[in-house]
Amino acid sequence: MGLSLSTIAVFVVIAIVYAAIIPAKWRGWFLFIASILFVYWLQADIFVRWLDFFLPTLSLIITVTSWYLTRSSEQRISPQDKIALLIISGFIVSLALLRFVPADYRILIASRPPPIQFVIGLLAIFAVFAWLTGKFKWRYSLFLIFILAIFAILKTDAFAVQTAQWLRTWTGQDVSQASAIDLNWIGFSYLAFRLMHTVRDRQSGLLPELSLQEYVTYVLFFPAFISGPIDRAERFLQDFQALSEKIIFSERFVEGFTRISVGIFKKFVIADTLAQGMSLNAINAAQIENSGGAWILLYGYALRLFFDFSGYSDIAIGIGVLFGIKLPENFDQPYMRASITKFWQSWHITLSNWVRFYVFSPLSRYLLKRKPKPPSILIVLITQSATMIAIGLWHGGTINFLIWGIWHGLGLFIHKQWTDRTRAFYRQLKDKPRQQLLADGVAWFITFHFVVLGWVWFALPDLDTALIMFAKLFGLS
Amino acid sequence: MRDWKWIDNLPKSWAFLLRVVVKALLLFGLCNLIFAWLYPMQFLGNLSLYGTLFPARDRLPFYDGNDPSQSNSISLNNLPALFASHDVSQSKPGDEFRVLLIGDSNTWGWYLDNDETLSAQLNHADLTVNGRDVVFYNLGYPVMSLTKDLLILDYAMQYDPDMIIWLVSLASFPPEEQLVPPLVRNNQARLSPLIEQYNLNINPEDEAFVQPDFWQRTIVGQRRELADLLRLQTYGIGWSATGIDQFIPENIPLRQSDFETDYSWSIYPESVELSENELAFDVLSAGIQIAGDTPIIIVNEPMFISDGQNSDIRFNSFYPIWAYEQYRDLLSQTSIDNGWQYLDLWDSIAPQEFTDSPVHLTAHGTEELANRLINTIFENEE
Repeated sequence: MGLSLSTIAVFVVIAIVYAAIIPAKWRGWFLFIASILFVYWLQADIFVRWLDFFLPTLSLIITVTSWYLTRSSEQRISPQDKIALLIISGFIVSLALLRFVPADYRILIASRPPPIQFVIGLLAIFAVFAWLTGKFKWRYSLFLIFILAIFAILKTDAFAVQTAQWLRTWTGQDVSQASAIDLNWIGFSYLAFRLMHTVRDRQSGLLPELSLQEYVTYVLFFPAFISGPIDRAERFLQDFQALSEKIIFSERFVEGFTRISVGIFKKFVIADTLAQGMSLNAINAAQIENSGGAWILLYGYALRLFFDFSGYSDIAIGIGVLFGIKLPENFDQPYMRASITKFWQSWHITLSNWVRFYVFSPLSRYLLKRKPKPPSILIVLITQSATMIAIGLWHGGTINFLIWGIWHGLGLFIHKQWTDRTRAFYRQLKDKPRQQLLADGVAWFITFHFVVLGWVWFALPDLDTALIMFAKLFGLS
Repeated sequence: MRDWKWIDNLPKSWAFLLRVVVKALLLFGLCNLIFAWLYPMQFLGNLSLYGTLFPARDRLPFYDGNDPSQSNSISLNNLPALFASHDVSQSKPGDEFRVLLIGDSNTWGWYLDNDETLSAQLNHADLTVNGRDVVFYNLGYPVMSLTKDLLILDYAMQYDPDMIIWLVSLASFPPEEQLVPPLVRNNQARLSPLIEQYNLNINPEDEAFVQPDFWQRTIVGQRRELADLLRLQTYGIGWSATGIDQFIPENIPLRQSDFETDYSWSIYPESVELSENELAFDVLSAGIQIAGDTPIIIVNEPMFISDGQNSDIRFNSFYPIWAYEQYRDLLSQTSIDNGWQYLDLWDSIAPQEFTDSPVHLTAHGTEELANRLINTIFENEE
């Protein structure tokens, strides 16, 4: 299940209930329980038996394990943590018991849950895993490798199909029907980012102390569970701990409803209209007959992508506001930017920041500390390419996403070299408004088309189709 | 974020929120009431970007059952919208001799590209009549019902045709098939005057007709139709970029050649004697009257003739021999009696030129049909 209009309506109704009847001191617990519920409710139906129960259950279990591993050495398990753990375990087991309830009365889950012994077995495996690795020196690295391995399986078709085949063999289903869609694990991409952020920040000592209730709510916070934005734990914690303070709900509702309304318009009116034959896809890319048509469909795709994703972000932020959590902004007029660097500071901002913190900065530090130190230009090239390749591969393990990452990595690198060499020229333009305007216009045009052309790699599934599309765009086909 | 500073300036009170919600609901309700009162669906259908921003379509839009984004097309019941997207709605040059082709999926060109359809093959011949360029327009629509053809013909008369070629087949004649197409059922207001004027054997109050009540005429009630009007425009981009308006699979399934021992046709399980009353000749006659002085030629379209199992009982999966032969006799005799121009091409195309149904032709088969039409109709016209 995606973030449909009915899902948004449910969130809004719950927000009204939350504002109207939940006492201030229980708001945190309310969000904690709601976030757990929605992990299951948002999970789409999956063809592989029981998987639509196991995947959200794994989301919960991995989150709890991650909390256990990322506690500071001084942090004791408090009674409140034990209550939170009891709620989570009780909830998982209760849902599993819905196996014995007729389908019409089975709420929150997409299909019949597995036998209870499998569920208890899974819980036990992770409990033992957490207990065994809890004091292990390499526990953080082990956990990161575990998350990245799941990530690689989900994002690489060949691995995903192989895993689906294995799962279908285990459940006695037709192996020939196995596909990557069998592993449609809702929310894992963003879940992984939040988990890795807390693990890395624990390693570097930056992570604040979080109770299990706070940690689970941060990682699984339902408005941002499917498509972000990717909040930071310390920022989330500020809002979460202020939930019990006296607040003026009318302020929240005006802001929240406004954001949600704008988001719905962007996503469900503009983006979904553009999706109706007005944007590039693998099918029409093969059918396009003329260069003009190719450009129009490519522009359509660029706009659709922006309105779709920024609309989702607005809705998530708006719903967050209704509950008192101010999620970070994700877009800031990215297509109006006059350089590729500024574009990446305003497109999917929370992802860019995440990758800057956990890929770009550590890699830069590592290269700068190397002896002999590599040339600066090489450091810039490597770090920027690696950062953008990481973003590319996060979208999927295909050659086209890899090329898209390299495309932007090289774009950032070239832009850096250009600005380093033309700084004096641009500085003297400040006194010449017309020339400045012209230079800005040219810079915007180049940036916009660099980004738009990059979407060809992003939108199309394979190298050949993308190359043919480029040929069509430039009248070479 | 510069995007959202304006929200800070909004009054943050319940009264403000309530005012916004109440005003929005009132405005929405008012717009719905005005919309239901005016019911401008036919007017909105005329608003089209085809022919201006996008090239007009060569055939009427029809949803072929595949992903619409693969075929850049959609089915609508709004006749003005269908025609506004079609090339025939463009202004007619003075030196054009305009020929409209009316018919079913055979005429529309099922599984044929636009340059392979009957109208395209006819246009390839570059015919002239009295120094005027003959231009053929594909007004086929992939449903078999003479009443559907009548609706299209009646609407198309405003585009000043110089000749009409109406391709028919027995499957379009059963009275019980006349109101099956959604295009017919959703155009009661257009069909009723025709039923009355030409005394058609159709009940204008038949339950099959969709007659929206007041609430169904609101924006909410018409949301699907409004979305479809918008979608038809958005698919114009894909159509203009690709020239594709139908998804054609790589492997087209082949029509049936062998049959059970089955004599049934339409509502008849066994052979019966058919008369004009059992077939919708009244609709055919109405079409010819609507055409008035414009020459109209009725063509019994080619069909697949099987030599497989039980081919002594059936010509194909559509028609048993008893029904089809009676139909041919009746159509021929009625044409003679009424002085209609009639051309019987039922067996003019070789069986291997039929694709997935007894009336769908290959590109080559369509070319042969075009040549037959040219040779028969236009041999003395040039």
